Amino acid sequence: MGDISQQLTEQVKQAAETGTALAITGGASKSFLGRGLWGQPLSLAEHTGIVSYEPVELVMTARAGTRLADIDAVLAENNQRLAFEPPRFGDTDTIGGTLAANLSGPGRPWQGSVRDLVLGLRLINGRGEHLKFGGQVMKNVAGYDASRLQAGALGTLGVITEVSLKVLPLPAMEQTLVQPMAQQQAIATMNQLAGQPKPLSAACWYDGHLYLRLSGAAAAVEATAKRWMADSGGEMKVREDGEAFWRDLRDQRLPFFSGSEPLWRFSVNPTAAMEELGNQALIDWGGAQRWSRQDDSLSVMAERAARAGGQVSLFCHGDRSGEVMHPQPSPLRAIQQRLKAAFDPNGIFNPGHLYSWL
Amino acid sequence: MSVANSHETDTPRPIDGRTDFPPVYRASLADRFRRFLSPDSVITDDETIRPYECDGLSMYCEMPQMVLLPETVEQVQQIMRICHAEEVPVVARGAGTGLSAGAMPHAGGIVLSLAKFNRILSIDPQARSARLQPGVRNLAISEAAAKYGLYYGPDPSSQIACTIGGNVAENSGGVHCLKYGLTVHNLLSVEVVTAEGERVTIGSDGYDSCGMDLLALMTGSEGLLGIVTEVQVKLLPKPEVAQVVMAGFDTVQAAGAAVAGIIGHGIIPGGLEMMDGFAIQAAEDFAHAGYPTDAAALLLCEVDGTEEEVHDHIHQAESLFRALGATSVRTSGSEEERALLWKGRKSAFPAVGRISPDYYCMDGTIPRSQLAHVLTEMQRLSDHYGLRVANVFHAGDGNLHPLILFDANVEGEFERTEAFGGDILNLCVAVGGSITGEHGVGMEKIRQMPNQFGNLEVSQFHAIKQAFDTLGILNPGKGVPTLRQCQEYRAIGPLRQPDASQAGEASHG
Repeated sequence: MGDISQQLTEQVKQAAETGTALAITGGASKSFLGRGLWGQPLSLAEHTGIVSYEPVELVMTARAGTRLADIDAVLAENNQRLAFEPPRFGDTDTIGGTLAANLSGPGRPWQGSVRDLVLGLRLINGRGEHLKFGGQVMKNVAGYDASRLQAGALGTLGVITEVSLKVLPLPAMEQTLVQPMAQQQAIATMNQLAGQPKPLSAACWYDGHLYLRLSGAAAAVEATAKRWMADSGGEMKVREDGEAFWRDLRDQRLPFFSGSEPLWRFSVNPTAAMEELGNQALIDWGGAQRWSRQDDSLSVMAERAARAGGQVSLFCHGDRSGEVMHPQPSPLRAIQQRLKAAFDPNGIFNPGHLYSWL
Repeated sequence: MSVANSHETDTPRPIDGRTDFPPVYRASLADRFRRFLSPDSVITDDETIRPYECDGLSMYCEMPQMVLLPETVEQVQQIMRICHAEEVPVVARGAGTGLSAGAMPHAGGIVLSLAKFNRILSIDPQARSARLQPGVRNLAISEAAAKYGLYYGPDPSSQIACTIGGNVAENSGGVHCLKYGLTVHNLLSVEVVTAEGERVTIGSDGYDSCGMDLLALMTGSEGLLGIVTEVQVKLLPKPEVAQVVMAGFDTVQAAGAAVAGIIGHGIIPGGLEMMDGFAIQAAEDFAHAGYPTDAAALLLCEVDGTEEEVHDHIHQAESLFRALGATSVRTSGSEEERALLWKGRKSAFPAVGRISPDYYCMDGTIPRSQLAHVLTEMQRLSDHYGLRVANVFHAGDGNLHPLILFDANVEGEFERTEAFGGDILNLCVAVGGSITGEHGVGMEKIRQMPNQFGNLEVSQFHAIKQAFDTLGILNPGKGVPTLRQCQEYRAIGPLRQPDASQAGEASHG
């Protein structure tokens, strides 16, 4: 547990001088993302520790290499949690990597994503300058939002060294409901239920079943569950090990995710039919996130995503030497290249990790 | 300040502070715009331009060269291509309700009004989203969505008039953002015309996009990175019930502790507002909401959700407030009573306006734990400057809105007010907060930026700006100070010490 930011800054300065590519890593739990990493490793595994935590302010600041497990433990003591439910791909996932990859769990449409809950951060840019953006307050519109800009940038703009996040109370009660249902009907049902003012906190379709999670005040959860079960004519039932199901979904430990076939992640209009993905697809986020396992080209998948109002990425496996992220239109590509140069003029951070041209 | 027109250069480049626009050039530029804009959409006469000289912060005003009112995105693109080629500054404008002079015109540039982009393009009740032109009023979104049982979350106090395009530019919040988030949390995509006149969509119908989060970067960028020409927002199901608990306290400290108590108890209220004694009195005289005028601080705690949840949480909130020393607790028993309790808070600004010729609304954020300290300091500054201050506070998320009372007709009083306001913002930074929670930096808070950010951060902001706008034609001079300004403003000092007898001199500071 310690602050090695000075050492990291020195390493970056040296790399900038010599034009050495750096491969930024934390817990190395998500190294399968992107187009692969090459270059001299810059490890944040030792840059750990919770810098400050004010339960009443709902704010925690932690060094980027701090493991999610350690954060969870401290939050749990105060009946709080990371409401964006970051996936764990091992025991070593860090908060910095979670933000760089912009990864959020099943509750994302209702509780927000890591990008939604980040309040500020510290970052070493490609000139070896240790910068501070945002802060520890909920509302802050001074300067550009360079903190949220990092979400999804996969470390291409700088080395995130510290993250401040909004944390939230644990829900008083959670309950999971399950009902056998065809895919298209499930999509319609998820969207219809999400339009009701009820404490829905996750909705997924997997293997011929609709899964719903309710979170909140016990009376509200129970009343809603009772009503929805009655409306289903007895088809909808309480699933007792609900917590385990959502955890396995979040951490990609359901059987769907095993094996080495290409895993595609679609972020689309929640109402899109996308029947071409077939009954093997897994639908999360109330319809807005679709997982599919098939061997196809990025351009075919990107076309499907675009028709469904969204984007696609080759999340895991498959050919990772080509592009793995949704194609960017040329003006956005140019802007991101210029932003990259604005933060990292020598192009030393994770070159080619996100896109070949970045 | 009107435009000097004696300059005879043939290539005016007004971006670097030059405001000399030869009349011949101005006329020929206007002619080029008239080739694709209707004649009444190119305003060049001073009388018609006048209403555009300022936004909601009327102390900051400037006359632009002309005002353009395009009706199509293609026209916006054409305007940007011309302005880019000619290096003419462009200030985008929505309803002009901003409170930081972010839409104050540039003397050597044009104002690009998006007022004619006022259509709701579509509402998708199943996907719970709406596609909007940027000039759609914030409240009009919720009104149009109401028939589907949906609404748009962020509700700035100007929501009757302010537009969604301006909300994106400022990352507007409102009373309910502790629970429902700011503009940045409620957007799916924006369509932007770049400084070069290219049209791009950032974001999608889905929640996450690949690559850097440009949607977040655009949000709150105050018109410095692009012109927003379409906005897709998320809609939320309207809560079944909302009830408000009003609690009076003897001290601000006790009220602050009660805020901490509620949140510590695991309740995230839909809205959690605090008013100080002065604001309570003014609001009660104005709205007759039944506020306890003998209280030093008042909390309004709104809980919304399902009937069961609200019932549960209201009961807990009432007991908590009593246990934490509330001198009075009252819960709304009907929609009418809820509206009445809110009416006082919502009319706090005009209510204060009634007891003073002018008032200046500040906007800083602080960690909530610093509230008592900040209010004590503010009182000290108030005494020092000889200016009264009333406080309304989005207590849930630490967003202060001190209202400084002054009289613009008294020589030097506005300057003193500005100095007082600047000290408050610096105080916010000193306790770990921010110089602006939701109003933006604009022109107004340029002076305080160097106290919140170092030169390295400011330089990085300029580099970000350049990545979008290489020539610097979009809203130049706003949002981020130059390094020279930083040096100058820091030399003046972060916080004037109230013990120095410099109140009069502050007017030139």
